[in-house]
Formats: sequence, C-alpha cells, structure tokens
Amino acid sequence: MTGSASTSEPRWLRFVLITIALAFLAVNLALPLAAVFAGALAKGLAVYRSAIVEPDARAAMRLTLTVAAIAVPLNIVFGLTASWAVTKFDFPGKSLLISLIDLPLSVSPVVSGLIYVLLFGLQGWAGPWLRDHDIRIVFAVPGIVLATTFVTFPFVARELIPLMLEQGRSDEEAARSLGASGWQTFVRVTLPNIRWGLLYGVLLCNARAMGEFGAVSVVSGHIRGLTNTLPLHIEILYNEYNYVAAFAVASLLAGLALVTLVAKSLLEWRFGDSIAGGGH
Amino acid sequence: MSAIFIKTAGLGPHAFVAVALSKRALSAYRLSFGAAALAAAINSVFGLLVAWVLVRYDFAGKRVVSALVDLPFALPTAVAGIALTALYAPTGWIGAWLPVKVAFEPLGVVVALTFIGLPFVVRTIEPVLADLGTDVEEAAASLGAGRAQTVVRVVLPAILPALATGFALAFARGVGEYGSVIFIAGNLPYRSEIAPLLIVQQLEQYNYRGATAIAATMLAASFAVLLAINLLQAWDRRKMAA
Repeated sequence: MTGSASTSEPRWLRFVLITIALAFLAVNLALPLAAVFAGALAKGLAVYRSAIVEPDARAAMRLTLTVAAIAVPLNIVFGLTASWAVTKFDFPGKSLLISLIDLPLSVSPVVSGLIYVLLFGLQGWAGPWLRDHDIRIVFAVPGIVLATTFVTFPFVARELIPLMLEQGRSDEEAARSLGASGWQTFVRVTLPNIRWGLLYGVLLCNARAMGEFGAVSVVSGHIRGLTNTLPLHIEILYNEYNYVAAFAVASLLAGLALVTLVAKSLLEWRFGDSIAGGGH
Repeated sequence: MSAIFIKTAGLGPHAFVAVALSKRALSAYRLSFGAAALAAAINSVFGLLVAWVLVRYDFAGKRVVSALVDLPFALPTAVAGIALTALYAPTGWIGAWLPVKVAFEPLGVVVALTFIGLPFVVRTIEPVLADLGTDVEEAAASLGAGRAQTVVRVVLPAILPALATGFALAFARGVGEYGSVIFIAGNLPYRSEIAPLLIVQQLEQYNYRGATAIAATMLAASFAVLLAINLLQAWDRRKMAA
C-alpha cells in the first residue's frame, strides 16, 4: 500500500488526489442525499409527518411493499436456479443464457415496461384473450409485479454466478459420492456455501424492486391509491408542486437506500471472503 | 424483446421513418446518446481516480466513502432526480453558485447521468486494480522508469479493458435512464427531451406503434455500441497477449 517512492506517489500528490476524489464524491453523491432530507424537513416535523401518514402515501407504501414481497422471493428462486444451472452443469446454449441474464441491466427500463404493454395490453398479443376472461395485467398490480420482477432479475444471479464458479463443484461431488440426493446436496452443501452472497444479492434486488420507476411507470397507469407505488407517488406530488411532501416520501426510500448500503458494507466487512467475486 | 422488433416490422417503412426518424426523435437520440457519452467520459476520469484512491491509499473514513460509491445503485432514480433538481435549480445549493443554468437544460441531463453512472466505472476498475499488485510497477521502476512513466505505460494499459467496460456499462445505463433525468431535464421538445421520454409520451397517446418504433431504434443503436465496445476489448486482449 505505501511502499517505496518508486511504486507510490509523493505525499503531497496523494493528498491532492484524495482531496479531489472526496470533493467529487461529496458534490456528486453526498449533497443529493442531504438535499432529500433537507427538502423533507423544510417545513418542520409536523408537515413531514402528515405527508407520510396521508392515505394516498400509505396506499403507495402498501403497494410497494406488496410488489417487493412478491418480486424478491421470485427472483431468489429464479436467481438460484439460473446460477445453479449455469455453474454446476454444462449444456449447449449456456453462454447465451449467461448473456440473457444481464439483458435487463442494459435495456432501458421504459423499454422493459413497453414489452409488457405489448404482450398484455388491450392492443397486445394476449390482450383480447385477457379481456374476454376479465383479467387485468397492464394498468393493474400484476403488471407492476411482472415489470419489477423482470427489471430486478439480474441482481441475485449476478452475485451468485461468480461466487459459485469460484467455489467449483468439488463439494457437491463429494456429497453425491457419500450418497446425498440432489436436493440434499443443494440444501446442505451449496446453500450454506453461498448464503452470504445470496443475502447480498437479495439486498440489491430489494432496493431496486422498491425503487423501480421507469418500467413501473409505463405499466401502472398511475391510478392514485390503486396502482401508485412510492416512486410514482413522489412524481405526482412533485408535479403538483407539493415539494415538501414529495421529499418527505422520498426520504423514506432514501432511508431504505442507506440501510441497504450499511447492511451491504457490514456483509462485505464481516464475510468478505464468502461473497468474493461479487461487485459489478 | 423480440415482440418489439416484430411489432416494428408490421409498421411499414414509411410509417417507421415518420415516427422513429422524425426531427423531434432525432434530436432526442442526439441528447440521450450525447449526454450518456459525456457523462460516461466524466465518470471514466473521476471513477478511475476514486478507484485508485480507494485501492491504493489509506485515509480516515475510507469504509464510509466506499459504501457511499454504491449510493446510485441503492437510491431510487426518482429520488435522485428530485434531489438533483433541487440542488441545481437556480435557487438551489449548487445552482445558485454556478454561472450557467444547469437544471431544465441539456446540461442537467449530463449531471443526472453522471450521478447514475459512477459506481459502474468504480466497481469495474477496483478489482482489476487490486489484483494488479505492485510487483510490475516495482519491475518498471527498477528498470529506470519514472513514476509517471510507470503509471502511463504499465498501469494504465493493464486497466484499460476494465475502464472500457465500465465506460460501456455507464453509457448503456445512461442512454436508457428515465427516472432521474425527467425531473431535471425540463423536457423541452428539440432541446432537453430524452428518447425514453418520447416512448412514454407515445404510449400516453395510445400510439403503441410509434412507441415501439422509437424503442426498436434505441435498442438497435445500443446493441451496435455494445458490439463496437466488445470488438474494442477483443482487440485490446490480442494486443496484451502479443
């Protein structure tokens, strides 16, 4: 880290570089975070409280929690299955599957939402059939859940694949040779090996599920009290020039982001080795 | 995904050009791709610096700083959008001090995309820089290279592929970004309107075909850019192996 003069910079240069980096992070990251809480408390605690307990805000909170409670467990199952398949077995089309896993990350969230409107909207492929059977997906809660699940799909798998590749297959092979069944091997050997990496992926997945805006905005239809998630509620309040209320609701999500970051850092610090290979 | 291209194919060439290549759409692509490229370039410089400082130097509060880098991953984009708008508005903490208008101008889009893209660059470079170790630098120094020469000729080429990947990830994310941008951009047609917003507007008018045509154009352009960067990296790997 420090080393001799030939492999490190002089003291003054190190100081200058650290100062520039910290100044950039302060302006670019810390200030926006501070602005959320400052905006939320601009008119005092009473106004802050009433913006949060107001019925539309509570309905948005309920919907956001419901969506995350469905999307996150689904992606735990999908992520575990995909990484298990990709790292423990060889099959044709494997590299295609790996690139497909990352697809939602490089596509605009608006386009992700559009896909569901095209498939399940009234003018979409399944639209007439769904209408005849009185099933609403787009502009209703199922659409929001589907879009959120799609957008947050990569987070669990991306944490697990590098970790499981690094751990190899020898533990599983040993378990099988000692007579364990496939399911036993998975629950007793694989799962304990990857539990911290899994938790790490779930944290990121959950943060994105509760905060997703673009995809959800396209499929929700913005029906107040019914299909409004917390991020969409923030947009409505903001466009009504109700800035304090918008920032008050935003501060809840910012708080969630802070909890996520703290938990993530604790995991990295405590179990750094067993979530290695992670990162983005 | 294929639904988008199939739906576009049913549109016919004339209708496609009328929507996807209209003057308004073209200026939106220019803004989305241009601002994303500029923001990714800014993040390449500062992201490299932040990664270097985090890997190579020790200072107080390093763990907090490292956690903070991930904030754009964890903070919902709508929250980032209204916070940046408040900061850079003419009366905001930062906007009040700046000589040029940032919020509600194309420059605002660059600010939002810079916020969103930083962790992609830092988190891609960090592990490569940590793996690199100092032995090659010691070798270069013992052969008589100065410190600046060592960094430019030895360290920089080794992390160039990671830097290009980080740039590509930040760029791809920036082109499609919606939530953080629409609040700060002002969304003036021909001036500060991004391509994803055009898709949303077409959808609000129930013009699904128009929305799909613009989405297909954006997807095609994004794939082309990603392909170009992949080729660039393959070339770089060949150069390293030679």
